[in-house]
Amino acid sequence: MKSNDLILQTSTRVVFFIIFLFSIHIFFAGHYTPGGGFVGGLLMASAIVLLLLAYDFKTVKEVLPFNYLGMTAIGMLIALTTAAGSLVFNVPFFTHWYDYFDFPLLGKTSIHTAMFFDIGVYLVVVGITLTIIEMIGGDS
Amino acid sequence: MEIMMAILAGFLFSAATYLILSKSLLRIIIGTGLLSHGTHLLLLTMGGLGGKSAPVVADGVTVADYVDPLPQALILTAIVISFGVTAFALVLAYRTYQEIGTDNMDYMKGRGEID
Amino acid sequence: MLLFMAIVLPILLAIFIPLAYRSMKSIHTGWFVLLAPVLLFLFYLRFLSPVQQGEAQLARASWVPSLDFYFDIYIDGLSLLFSLLITGIGSLVVLYSIFYLDKTKENLGNFYVYLLMFMSAMLGVVQFDHTLALYFFWELTSISSFLLIAYWYKRDASRFGALKSMMITVSGGLMMLVGFLTLYVLTGTYSIRETIAQVDTIVDQPLFTVAVVLVLLGAFTKSAQFPFYIWLPDAMEAPTPVSAYLHSATMVKAGLYLVARFTPVFAYSEVWVWLVTGIGLLTLFWGSLFAVKQTDLKGILAFSTVSQLGLIMSLLGLGGFAYLVTGDAVETFTFATFAAIFHLFNHATFKGSLFMVAGIVDHETGTRDIRKLGGLMSLMPVTFTIAMIGSLSMAGLPPFNGFLSKEMFLDAVLGLLHADISTMTVAYLVPIVAWVASVFTFIYSIYFLWYTFMGSRKEEQLPKVPHEAPIGMLISPAILGSLVILVFFIPNVVGDWLVKPATAAIQSSSFASAADIEFYIKAWHGWTSPALWMTVGVVVVGFLLYKMLPKWQSIYSKWPERFTLNRGYDTLMDGSLNWNRALSDRFMTGSIRDYLVYMFAGMAILGITTLFTQGGFAISTEGLAPIRLFEIVLTIILVGSVMAILITWSRLTAVIALGGVGYTVALFYVIFKAPDLALTQLVIETISVALFLTAFYHLPKLDKHYKGKEDTSFRLGNFLISIAVGLTVTLIGISAYAQRQMTSISEYYKETVYTEAGGGNIVNVILVDYRGFDTLFEIGVLMIASIGIISMITLRLQKKKKGVTVDEIE
Repeated sequence: MKSNDLILQTSTRVVFFIIFLFSIHIFFAGHYTPGGGFVGGLLMASAIVLLLLAYDFKTVKEVLPFNYLGMTAIGMLIALTTAAGSLVFNVPFFTHWYDYFDFPLLGKTSIHTAMFFDIGVYLVVVGITLTIIEMIGGDS
Repeated sequence: MEIMMAILAGFLFSAATYLILSKSLLRIIIGTGLLSHGTHLLLLTMGGLGGKSAPVVADGVTVADYVDPLPQALILTAIVISFGVTAFALVLAYRTYQEIGTDNMDYMKGRGEID
Repeated sequence: MLLFMAIVLPILLAIFIPLAYRSMKSIHTGWFVLLAPVLLFLFYLRFLSPVQQGEAQLARASWVPSLDFYFDIYIDGLSLLFSLLITGIGSLVVLYSIFYLDKTKENLGNFYVYLLMFMSAMLGVVQFDHTLALYFFWELTSISSFLLIAYWYKRDASRFGALKSMMITVSGGLMMLVGFLTLYVLTGTYSIRETIAQVDTIVDQPLFTVAVVLVLLGAFTKSAQFPFYIWLPDAMEAPTPVSAYLHSATMVKAGLYLVARFTPVFAYSEVWVWLVTGIGLLTLFWGSLFAVKQTDLKGILAFSTVSQLGLIMSLLGLGGFAYLVTGDAVETFTFATFAAIFHLFNHATFKGSLFMVAGIVDHETGTRDIRKLGGLMSLMPVTFTIAMIGSLSMAGLPPFNGFLSKEMFLDAVLGLLHADISTMTVAYLVPIVAWVASVFTFIYSIYFLWYTFMGSRKEEQLPKVPHEAPIGMLISPAILGSLVILVFFIPNVVGDWLVKPATAAIQSSSFASAADIEFYIKAWHGWTSPALWMTVGVVVVGFLLYKMLPKWQSIYSKWPERFTLNRGYDTLMDGSLNWNRALSDRFMTGSIRDYLVYMFAGMAILGITTLFTQGGFAISTEGLAPIRLFEIVLTIILVGSVMAILITWSRLTAVIALGGVGYTVALFYVIFKAPDLALTQLVIETISVALFLTAFYHLPKLDKHYKGKEDTSFRLGNFLISIAVGLTVTLIGISAYAQRQMTSISEYYKETVYTEAGGGNIVNVILVDYRGFDTLFEIGVLMIASIGIISMITLRLQKKKKGVTVDEIE
């Protein structure tokens, strides 16, 4: 999939980062406002898909040399560890915990174990989507 | 509105069923896509559509105002799953086509000639 | 807890057997296996004294305590007798197998795993006081028996015999399960003891007889009763230790156990007692008659086992009469039960030793064909001695234990004549049949002994040069053989410690404990004893008939082959196989589309019928959301896109229209206050379209094969099914909205989302917290899908590397 559309390529450079930042924002906002791991992950994936459309697979692979399958595995591991972590505290599997902390600069922030689980979901979604796209696109 | 949405979901199911029963692999895949849309709308409808506010905690919104969040959570899961399934089916379809040389369900069973 | 451990010990040990087999080739695996039965035998031996005092051993394991669902292990006299038989004979058989099976040639790992599995299963059958647990272990014995019969699975006959035994015993087991469930319906409990406790309330119900017959079918198939006995002769393809253990001493006695165990419940039914007695006698007669026809050593033993099982069965049936009569007759019939248990014990000893003898003969001469054998007495003197003890005991001669129990049997059948029961004319037949069967029992016992060990030697016909067996192989049969003699001289030791507690368990209405039973086993009843004269008659007539055997043995071949039970079984099996194939070929076409038609049509038909017949349909116009212009526009767009997909022949149009549907649905989500869904749907639709477009490169054009062909022609059937499916969904949707039966769990989520879960977005909190399991599995599913995709694509790439390209394939 070789593409030489100059306008698309130039705008993609900007748009990619906007979507990327939006994806991060929507991920962290997810616990209180619309968003979350799924949407965040999908947005991130769509940003990379946009890159793939504007450039070709090779270039993108050089810029973002991720092993997406590995990313999926790490995500799955994080999700599972978070879920199983509650067992250490002698509470049932998948019991979450949260509290509020005062961080310098950030102010009063809540730390929630559910967020770690969501990070796992995020990584899995990004990993899966791009694995699939890469596989199909890279298959000639 | 709910009745109209139920009819709409039924329509999507009809169209999906018709496509799934056709012979072309691609149409079958598209059919499964429609089927999941129909299911999602049906789930949403069953939960009731009359809520005043999105199920997000905000100032000035009471508990009674939220729409039912449970169908939404179910649908969210279903959307992502159906994406995975569609992708899988697509690859299965085109790999089958490459190996067998046809995407016609009937020829795959050896009925009729490949032209 | 120890009792549960004891049951599972063999199966736990079985886990390590393949390991031991592989890593320690030099030691015969059997030595490790031997540990389990010996330990367990000693373990159960400890219970002898308390059980004899009437203290049954009890252990309870709760499964679902809140539903009052628990399993009890209950060891009374009957269970203990069986447990000791299982572990005791088990030890001897394992010891014997160590010398019988060659450690270099046989796959011992498999053999002992199956054998240990059987041991656990059999212990479970006789110890659990729970009908479902009993059924579970019952079938497990069938399965391990299947595996053991097919141990030499390369032989056709082994596989055939294994399958036959499995088909018959498992189908009987299923009947038994239905019988148990019927009992559960009647009593509301799975516990056998509780069923016994409330027997008064159930005997008069019509379902009671149904349960009786069904449970009996289970017992009859397992214990090889007429006409189900046909699997047992074919099961003789198993290695001889297995035949000795499963198919004579223990597994086939599970049916007897079942009958004995349920006697306190079912004996109130006349159907039960007459069926058990009648079928038992018929089997006794039939088995002994056909044993003389056999030419295979193990075949003779198989039929003799069938016949002896029938004998015990009929005695148990006679014992059941004790529940129907009053007065003096009760004692006569409880005596029958006493005799049954005693003979069950005796049979295990002499038949076990005989099977081992047959194994030795087979092992040392290379054949079990009685026509080739003969004159082995001088070559194998020890084996001959054991065989003689076993055979003569089986024939019912003194001084062996078989004599005692045979006398008791004859006494018991004669006792029927003195009892006052309704169907007296039939009762006269019983002693006659019993006597004739005894004559044939005598004949086949002598036949077995004489033809193998006496007469002229035919060494030229034997595949091997015969010689005496190694000492290790002789230990087990010798122990059993000495028991046979020992029991004759001290029968009341066995009677007091084993037989009486078991009898007390069966005749629980007559005896509260073993101490109440006052039977005394005597070898000599005086000259006036009718049983003695019957025995004398048996010996005289039997001996005469045996002498004339060559003259009348040919009558067996007169019976037309077409009408044998075995032929019936074959016809039934072939027939059902063909019929099933014809049936499934009709609808299992292999075409996915056909299957989908079944599914969709089924869904529509079942859905609509249920909805209207069960009064499920309802329309409610209450609280409906208003329809606004924007929604109407969206609906029109959606319908339009779907129509476009349906009619287009361009795949690009189809995919773009599908995208259109997706985006419209996303807008619907916006209207219906589902921001998360709208966001997700929008993004995923974008990625999906990209995905479809990437995949296009690989897919054919839609119109390549179809345009102008079948799909444009209006397929009425498909269309109708589609409409029906859509209608079903609509109706269900409307009805579901109209009938809310209880508050949704969402109310809980809404109220606790901030206080309990510390979140604001309820949907997301449901996903990651309340229902996190769903999400966890969902990403699991996604991962599986992607692994599937990767393997589909990369596998092909590897093939290409080997030089085969797709083009070449095409």
